[in-house]
Amino acid sequence: MSDETDKKNGAEAAGRSERPQPQPPGYFEGESMTRRRAFTVAVQGLGGIAGAAIVLPAVGFAVAPIFHQGKERWEAVGPVSDFVEDTYRQVVFTETEGIGDAGKTTAYVRRSSKQLDEKPGLFVAVSNRCAHLGCPVRFVEAAGNFICPCHGGVYDFQGKRIGGPPVRPLDHFQTRVRNGQVEVGPRYSVTSQLEPVRARDPGEFTGGIWEYLYPPRPSTFPPPSS
Amino acid sequence: MKLDALIPAPLRKPAKPGESNGAKAPAPADLKTAPPERPSDAQRLGDRAKDAPADVLAWVDQRTAASGFLTGMLYRKVPKGTNWFYTLGSATLIAFVSQAITGVFLAMFYTPSTTQAYASIAHINNDVFLGQLVHGMHKWGSSVMVILVFLHMGRTFFFGAYKYPRELNWVIGVVLLILTMTMAFTGYLLPFDQRSYWASIVGININGTGPVIGPYLSDFLRAGPELGATTLSRFYAIHMLLVPGAIIALIGAHLYLVVKLGTTAPPWMKADKPKVASPVSQLDAGVDGNGAAPSS
Repeated sequence: MSDETDKKNGAEAAGRSERPQPQPPGYFEGESMTRRRAFTVAVQGLGGIAGAAIVLPAVGFAVAPIFHQGKERWEAVGPVSDFVEDTYRQVVFTETEGIGDAGKTTAYVRRSSKQLDEKPGLFVAVSNRCAHLGCPVRFVEAAGNFICPCHGGVYDFQGKRIGGPPVRPLDHFQTRVRNGQVEVGPRYSVTSQLEPVRARDPGEFTGGIWEYLYPPRPSTFPPPSS
Repeated sequence: MKLDALIPAPLRKPAKPGESNGAKAPAPADLKTAPPERPSDAQRLGDRAKDAPADVLAWVDQRTAASGFLTGMLYRKVPKGTNWFYTLGSATLIAFVSQAITGVFLAMFYTPSTTQAYASIAHINNDVFLGQLVHGMHKWGSSVMVILVFLHMGRTFFFGAYKYPRELNWVIGVVLLILTMTMAFTGYLLPFDQRSYWASIVGININGTGPVIGPYLSDFLRAGPELGATTLSRFYAIHMLLVPGAIIALIGAHLYLVVKLGTTAPPWMKADKPKVASPVSQLDAGVDGNGAAPSS
């Protein structure tokens, strides 16, 4: 059934003079479309609204975590005196709450070193998350390097990549001192020159054009000012 | 009319007036002897029972007209040269059905919670009757399904079965491949042991290396910047509800097109002498007889 039928019906009705004559056939006076067409548009429009009313909230519900920034967490990992300049101390703390041990992560913490041209009086917390695909690296004291067991990524004492497939240095955690305790806070990533940027996932480059190809996510925290 | 010979005389349809041969046909011989014994109630009940399945089928068929569709599907012609390689698709389907059935029963014991998932899997394996078997079928069956999907895809590719008019079925098949990989990926996290955890972290990070949208895709999969409590339930929902529904729907479309378009002959089959047949009628017949591509 279509407008054609409407016109035909209109033409047939033309014989009976007591009924209103659509002119042109199918269109009544002052109307811009046939009634059949008006109903088709109305029903499809209503169906679309009903569909959107169901789908949009569900999709929004599913993608909302992308835009949600969690609470900033700080956790004390030991007194200031525990940490020295020339080697790391391994600390374990909770990064994600609510999933027990699976939410814990490991960092290697030391004092900032004058020899390495770092700002004095600060603490450096290097994440053990490999910048290749996220395996846990360990600090090998004898070599002074971080080594990843999965695919052979190697990082120097400061966490800069010196070998293997990783695409950037190891991530860092923000640090501060409260009541004589060193506290570690949100994660941030660094460029190859150790400039802080927002946290990226492993496998994503940092710095230069990569800041646009791997845009910072709203769920991460701003990096400390360098 | 021939059937009448088989039917006992009392049950025979009486001849219509004027149809009998002679003006006065002699009475049938059996009327002169003792009438045959009437069947007992039990006999008649037995006869009715024997007819019941056919009656039920007829009742359904009368209302759905399914028999025409089913005979068309089950008795469709297949080309010469059809061989064992053509069973890979059905094998994949069976693997999926096995995954679906074992998955439903695993879900009766599994708890999608970060603190209880590992323990519930251990419970299935150690305590539940046949739990280890059903879990094993699901775990190893997933690998079997992935392997079969690729073999099926290879068969289609090397036999040229993706060519006109079957391109759309290839496209649907590729989507089914992606959905199968999604199932394998999301299912891997569910036991929530060390291997699951780290494999999922690596998998999500590989997702994240896609430029521009990769980082957001990672956040979507994890439901946040880190793998957390909602990641597991998210994977569970995708694994249990979202993807299986899509797979079932697409398998339906896949099979519809297979039945509609027919299968191709293997490429080593040579075409017969061309009969008088237009390409259109070949397409209508569903199979082109001897080869996918008309040889010149």
